[in-house]
Formats: sequence, structure tokens, C-alpha cells
Amino acid sequence: MSVLEAREASVSRGQRLILKQASVSLAAGELVALVGPNGSGKSTLLRALAGLWPASPRGSVLLDDRPLDDLPRRDIARRIAFVSQDSTINFAYTVEEIVRMGRYPHRGRFTRESGADREAVRLAIARCDIAYLAERNANTLSGGERQRVLIARSLAVEPEFILLDEPTANLDVEHSLEVLDLCRTLAASGQVVVLATHDLNAVVRYASKVVLIHEGQIVSTGSREEVLSQRSLEQVFHVRADTVSDGDGQPVYIFHRL
Amino acid sequence: MKRRIPLFYALLVPILFVSAVVAMAVGSTSLGWETVLRVVGGKFLPSGWVDATRVTQADQVIVWLIRIPRVLVAACVGAGLASSGVIMQALFRNPLAEPSLVGAGAGAVLGGVISFVAGWSVTSVISLPIAAMTGALLALALVYAMATRGGVTPVTTLLLSGVAAGSLLSAVSSLLLSVNIVNWQMAQDIVFWMMGGLDARTWTHFWLCAPFVLLGLVAAMIQARDLDLLQQGEETAASFGVDVESAKRMLTLTTAVLTGASVAVAGLVGFVGLVVPHAVRLVLGPSNRTLLPASAVAGAAFLILCDLAARTIHQPTEIRLGIVTALLGGPVFIALLIRRYRDVTVG
Repeated sequence: MSVLEAREASVSRGQRLILKQASVSLAAGELVALVGPNGSGKSTLLRALAGLWPASPRGSVLLDDRPLDDLPRRDIARRIAFVSQDSTINFAYTVEEIVRMGRYPHRGRFTRESGADREAVRLAIARCDIAYLAERNANTLSGGERQRVLIARSLAVEPEFILLDEPTANLDVEHSLEVLDLCRTLAASGQVVVLATHDLNAVVRYASKVVLIHEGQIVSTGSREEVLSQRSLEQVFHVRADTVSDGDGQPVYIFHRL
Repeated sequence: MKRRIPLFYALLVPILFVSAVVAMAVGSTSLGWETVLRVVGGKFLPSGWVDATRVTQADQVIVWLIRIPRVLVAACVGAGLASSGVIMQALFRNPLAEPSLVGAGAGAVLGGVISFVAGWSVTSVISLPIAAMTGALLALALVYAMATRGGVTPVTTLLLSGVAAGSLLSAVSSLLLSVNIVNWQMAQDIVFWMMGGLDARTWTHFWLCAPFVLLGLVAAMIQARDLDLLQQGEETAASFGVDVESAKRMLTLTTAVLTGASVAVAGLVGFVGLVVPHAVRLVLGPSNRTLLPASAVAGAAFLILCDLAARTIHQPTEIRLGIVTALLGGPVFIALLIRRYRDVTVG
């Protein structure tokens, strides 16, 4: 079983240290929520875990105990997918063409699309419920549709780890629940899903593990009850929360400014 | 869009062929298309297939040594500039980008001007193309060095330093031209060359240009899928396994080779690299594996026709090719721009 891990990984951009000695370990079947205020370092941690931004010291992010720095970019891309918050699509590609780009790390420069490639694309399109859009020009889509197309492109990779940066930020209620349900299905089928999000109520419902990050540091990691305590909400988010129970007995937060 | 590919080639290949034959037949001495086909056939088909007795020695010289090389050079230059435009537009994620953006065009021009000023161009016909090609590659190296910090070359910085270096190198070309203006013959050669033209092109020019264009096209096709992903942004490309920095280096090098080879034999010919890829993309969609060869073929046909216009509109003098491409390409480009602003969708 694959494990993606950060061991005291730090990231700096320019002179600024924006992730400070973060340690976190992700294993199969987990749906991990990364929460924290704006600018706390959620996206940075995701990028470090995806190997997109170099972490220091060298070798502090590991995939199955092997440093990401030593792995070829393509090998990483085959196993770890990253869905950016930026859902811009440049040039008039069709939705299907966009999703097929997800097969890039699996294909040689001149090999034709294999049956496995086509099947992965078909499955990804079906899972994100975008079959009806397949022939559409992807930059005429709404923000929510685009988000699902980009998630489908990453699913077409068939990655073991899928890291999503605020996947529900542009979505209406229905599609945001749809994406979260999809994340849960993926986690249940053995993939590791990590999502950075501001939606703390969604975290409560969906995440099996919560990582709270504040000012570049991981403050706590664990179950929702452990991490999102009244005290940490006050200290990190500067809010007070009333908790009510919904019909399923799940807690729902109502936030107030301190 | 995919369904349109066979139709596209079914229309364009005959256009390419017919315009090539017409361009070989029409000129200061008009020949029949049969004569052109007989000369070409006489060279390539087994003897006896073509009635060679009906071709005069003069026809032979005009077609084989003057017009065919000129048409072939036009085709190579058109293909080179158009495919180099495809790469630039993808790399800069902007459908209005063009080959001269990384400074290679201005570098090639400066190389050419230096070879005029130094007098090399008089002593050997190949010195000008070689100087231009060298100029293109040196300019790219300069632009890349300016834009790179710690092994990373952001495309925005690349664009800015390309534009800056382009202006600088053009200024040096103009400076060299101004200080040598007293040598009227040389100044005229330089000015004409800078405006782009295909007069007096020989088989030597073809062989100087064609291998590099072919090499550039093959290199571009190898990188077509990387280019598709780079079009979606560098981080996206990296997250799907593209080695972004090395891909950018290879792609800009490819455009420098394509642009350099084209400027080397034709001087500065604008608008082809901008308009042709843009127009082809509207018909066939943005996928680079389709777009690159299609733009190369369309660019070849476009430039053969432009060159035909350049030498027939105002006989007996020739209008410079760069002027014709701008006069034809400019309105097309403006039409595309207006269309782009009217549509909600982008390129």
C-alpha cells in the first residue's frame, strides 16, 4: 500500500518561508481535509506533496519512502494528480480533448491511444457526470462544469493520490456535494484524496482525517473532533462556533465573529 | 473538429499543388502549365514518359533553375514560419503570439545585416543565410539567459526579454544601416532584404533552408503533446508529467531554428506566423498534433501565393514579399481580432 509523506518539509518562495517543517502522512483510503485560513499554506503543502514545488531539505517529501526529488516527473504524475484552484482552460479544446490530456504520463510520444487509455477517459468522464458535455468547447463552460472537467482530467490519470485545491470553491450547492461525494467514492475505492477547503461543514461530513494548518505550520492532525475544537477555531480562524445537530446526528457549525 | 481534417487536406493539397504550378508558369516570361509539368516530369519520371523534345533549353532553365527553387523556398519559408507561430502561440498561451517574440527574428536580421556590412554576402551566397541562422540562435541564447533565474524561465519574463532584445537588436541593425547609407548599393540590398523577398533564390537557398525547416517540424511534432499541456499552463503541464523547463528550452530552440532558417533565405516576412496558425486553429481546433502539420501546409500555400502576387502585381518590378504578406495578412488578422472580440470564446 502506497504512502505519501512529508517529513519536516519546508517550502520557501523568494525570501519567505511559507511552509515550516510540515509532517503529514497519507495512506490508502483516506479522505484528508486540509483546513486553515487564507494564506495559511494549504495550497503550498498540496504543491509540495505533488512534487510541484521543491521542499527543503531535499528528500523531505517521500512516496513509498523514496524522495520525490529522485523520481522522474512522469513517474510522479502517474501516481499523484493535482487539481489546481485555477480552472482556466486556454484555447478552444473540446471537453473530451481536455480529459484525454490526462493520459499524457501513460503514453509514449508516438504511441497511439490504447484501449486502456480510452477506458480510463470514458470512466473519468462518467464519474464526473460530464458525458453530455464531451463535444463542447471547454472554454464556453460554466465555472462548475469546468471544475468537473478538470477533475475528470486528473481522474483519467488513474492516480493513487489525488490532491485538490479548493475543488468546491466555484461550485453551486448541488455540484459541490457531487464533487465531495465523488471524493468519498474515490477514497472508498482505495485512492487517497486530499482536499484543501474552506468549507468546514463539508469537512465534518466527508473527511476521515483533518489537518489544520496556520501560518505555515501544521497545528494539528487527527479526527474532526480533535482538530476542530472550539479552542482551535477561536485561535486559528478567530471565530466562535455554535454546533447544532442535523437530521443524521451530524454536527453543523454556525460561525460567529469573536 | 476532427472530422474536418480530411476535408481540410482535400482542399488544401490541391491548392498547394495548383498554386505551385501556376507560380512556376507565370512570370516575366509566361510558360504554359504543360511546359512546367514537362520539365518537372522530365526530371523525375523515367525517360520516355515525357515528350522532352517539346521543352526548349530556355524553358528548362527558367523552370528548373529559377522558378522551381523560388517556389520551393517559398513553401519552406511559409511552412517554417507558420509552424514556428504555432509553437509560440501555444507556449505563450496567446493566439496572437508570433515567431519573432523570442527575438530570433531580430537576431537573424542582425546576422544578415552584419554579413552585408562585412562584405561576406558578396563573396559567398551561403554567408548570408549562415549569418542569419547564427544570429537567430545567439539572440535566443541571449534572451534565455536574461529571462532565467535559478534554472527557471517564466514565460512572462521570456516574453518581456524577447521583446526587449528584439527592439535592441533591430536598433543595432538600423544603426548599421544608417552608418552605411553612403554605400548606396549595399544599403539598398539591406533594406530590400529586411523587407523580405524571394528574388534570385537558387537551389542552394533551398538546401540551406529545407533541412532546418524539416528538422524543426519533426522536433515540433515530437513535442506536440507537451505543447498541448503547456497551453494549459506550466503548473498543469508539470502536474501531468511534462518536464516544463526542458520542454520550454527545446521548444524555443525549435522556433529559433524554424524562424532563423526562414529569415535566412527570405529576409523578414511578417504575419505568416501569426495569421496562418490562427486561421487554421479556427478550422481544425487547437490540438497541436493536428495544427502543426496543417499550418505548415497552409503556410506553404499562403507564401507561394503571396510571392506570386509580389512578382506579378506590379511588373516588371517586384513588390517586396514582406509587404505583400502584411497587406494580405493584416486585414485577415484584423478580421480575426474583431471576430474574437465579438465572440465570447477565446481563440
